[in-house]
Amino acid sequence: MNDVLLRLLRAARGAGVRISTGEVLDAFQAAEAVGYSDRLALRDALTLSLAKTVDERAAFEATFDTYFRREALGSATQPGADGRAASGESPDLEGVESPLAQRLLSDDQAGVAAMMEAAGEAAGASNIRLFTQTNLFARRMLDRMGLPELEREITALRELGREELAARLEAARKALGDQARAYMERQLTLFAAGAAKELRENVLRNVKLSQLDRRDYQRMRGLVRDMALRIASRYSRPKKVDLRGHLDIRRTLRRNMAHDAIPFRTVWKRKKVEKPKIVAICDVSGSVASVARFLLMFLYALTDTLAGIRSFAFSSKLVDVSATLEEEDIDEAITKILNDVGFGSTNYGRCLEIFCDTHLKHVDRRTTIIVLGDGRGNRNPARTDLMKQLFDRSARVIWLNPEPQPLWGTGDSDIFKYMPYCHLVTTCNTVASLERVVDDILRAAQ
Amino acid sequence: MKQSLELLLPSIQSVDAGLSSVGYIPSRQISTALFLAVRLQKPILVEGPAGVGKTELAKATAQHLGLPLIRMQCYDGLDESKALYEWKYGKQLLYTQILKDKMGEQLREFSSLDGALDKLNEFDDLFFSERFLEPRPLLQSLKQPGGAVLLVDEVDKADEEFEAFLLEILSDYQVTIPELGTISAIVPPIVLLTSNASRDLGDAMKRRCLHLHIGYPEAKLEERIVHTRLPQVEAQLLRQIVSFVQQLRSMDLRKLPSVSETLDWARALLLLHASHLDVDIVRDTLNVLLKFEQDMEAVGKQVLEFVEKAKAEAAL
Repeated sequence: MNDVLLRLLRAARGAGVRISTGEVLDAFQAAEAVGYSDRLALRDALTLSLAKTVDERAAFEATFDTYFRREALGSATQPGADGRAASGESPDLEGVESPLAQRLLSDDQAGVAAMMEAAGEAAGASNIRLFTQTNLFARRMLDRMGLPELEREITALRELGREELAARLEAARKALGDQARAYMERQLTLFAAGAAKELRENVLRNVKLSQLDRRDYQRMRGLVRDMALRIASRYSRPKKVDLRGHLDIRRTLRRNMAHDAIPFRTVWKRKKVEKPKIVAICDVSGSVASVARFLLMFLYALTDTLAGIRSFAFSSKLVDVSATLEEEDIDEAITKILNDVGFGSTNYGRCLEIFCDTHLKHVDRRTTIIVLGDGRGNRNPARTDLMKQLFDRSARVIWLNPEPQPLWGTGDSDIFKYMPYCHLVTTCNTVASLERVVDDILRAAQ
Repeated sequence: MKQSLELLLPSIQSVDAGLSSVGYIPSRQISTALFLAVRLQKPILVEGPAGVGKTELAKATAQHLGLPLIRMQCYDGLDESKALYEWKYGKQLLYTQILKDKMGEQLREFSSLDGALDKLNEFDDLFFSERFLEPRPLLQSLKQPGGAVLLVDEVDKADEEFEAFLLEILSDYQVTIPELGTISAIVPPIVLLTSNASRDLGDAMKRRCLHLHIGYPEAKLEERIVHTRLPQVEAQLLRQIVSFVQQLRSMDLRKLPSVSETLDWARALLLLHASHLDVDIVRDTLNVLLKFEQDMEAVGKQVLEFVEKAKAEAAL
């Protein structure tokens, strides 16, 4: 039983349920407590001790069901009424000696299943990784179950002229082959799906956002949400941190005036931790737009950890898009914003001007300004004086550039002109680098 | 005592029957969780939307087993002094003030400083004894002679430091008070933690607990629950109510109605002497089920359709 459970747990790990060694022990205890006779109870018990989120619970239950599903084994006596008659009239099984053939003919499904299980294990079925390996592994398993002997016996029976028995065995052999392949396919779902998913997510984490396929957006959104949750739980500190042990003497004395200043009621000093405020100014032209999409997704997944987000989108003009982003689903909102702001030629100088004229009130000494753009202003005036103004007014200015560093400053790129007025300028074009930047912003704020 | 708890709950079926007998209809998973919690002495972490009976489960367990229920509500800024124990500082101070003269008298007979210090040392422990200890929920639950059901409500509202601290207690069922030494549980309490997932709990915490997720119940189970709580509701109306609520849950609403809302609604319909659902009465009482203006608007248009379907299903 131990091996069966262990392999189940391994399959569950592949399906995305995180299971530590300690939890394996827990699972065994739980299984011990409910016993193995009631499958539903066993499933509940294992789920309760292993799954830690709703997703994991669903994943585990699915794995459990797949793992313990047995396809009804096709029986060898099924093919026709005459076959049944034959077996009833004479159990003339002379020449049928191999255990496999005997089980097939006597319709011992449990026996065949047990053999298949054992052979599958011996053939290393849980190591299967690719779809193309299914046939190979199935063949290996059948060999171990004694397929060669079975085939030899069929040939021998034919030579002896016992066609009927041979035909029955032949049919059983075919059915067995199908079962073996089905078994291996199930193993593939159990043990390989997780690995493939993990690989895909690792790739996505580091793929250039501008080259991302549309069909990967959905998966990417999940990834971003997970990352944001992780960051949020790391920084969701209480707003007030009690500094226990530091007595606020002035206020303690004041409060205890009535007791002759004998300090019955003590007052402790508290320190306030401020949440960062963020102003995101995103270029939404061309290739930058895809990075902007994920930056905004990130920021809006973090609303609880931040004191406030204002977001602005610009290409040729600049608009406040906070309301749109808060009200609508992020994908729709971004499409809408792209239509609004349009793909006009980018003018950084004019956009900074609009920002400083109308939206400067959103910037104070707690604000982190994130500018996302390639700094290519189509040779319009860069207006670095305005950038300096923002720099002086805010807590931090971070410039995220989707372009790789060697391209900075080439052609119409003004990034080096803005650089002196930023606390940090960095390349940012994958989800992984976005996560690093957001993490960094939150840490700096504490 | 642990033995006797195990005797009270010898099997999953007995848990089911026991909880049902005090008016809590558990799903199969809930019974299994409680059974395992007693067997393996592990806390249960209960998650799920508001109003599906997380807190109720703790109450029912306590009632069935005849144990006291000790409840601790978590919030941002909760610390050990409020959760575990606190020295009765005011009382200590008051006693020293009152006993000042008495102590002075006692110390006067010593001519040397050493003698007076020795005498003082004897007093010292006096002020840090159990007499001046104010036990808070966690310590209380450890000190119950017959065991207890400890409900740590909304553990996700407390901060991470507190979570780590809680973990320490939940793993050994003992606490160390520096002045008094280690206090171990007489009988390990049955611990239920609830969470609304407003924050991701630490992995260590999740590992330590049985993870029970209570979702919205299926129609059959919900019917049983409403019937147990409100036996006056007639079978026909009961099925209509449950079917209607189940349909609401399939909609994309800001706050889906949970079991507690179903019960409130059934109560409201009883008071209005409704014998069956009709569109007007549903419209009038919709605010019992739905808590947001937008949700009411969204549902308002479909009330007729839902009521018809509920009637058809109930008639089957």
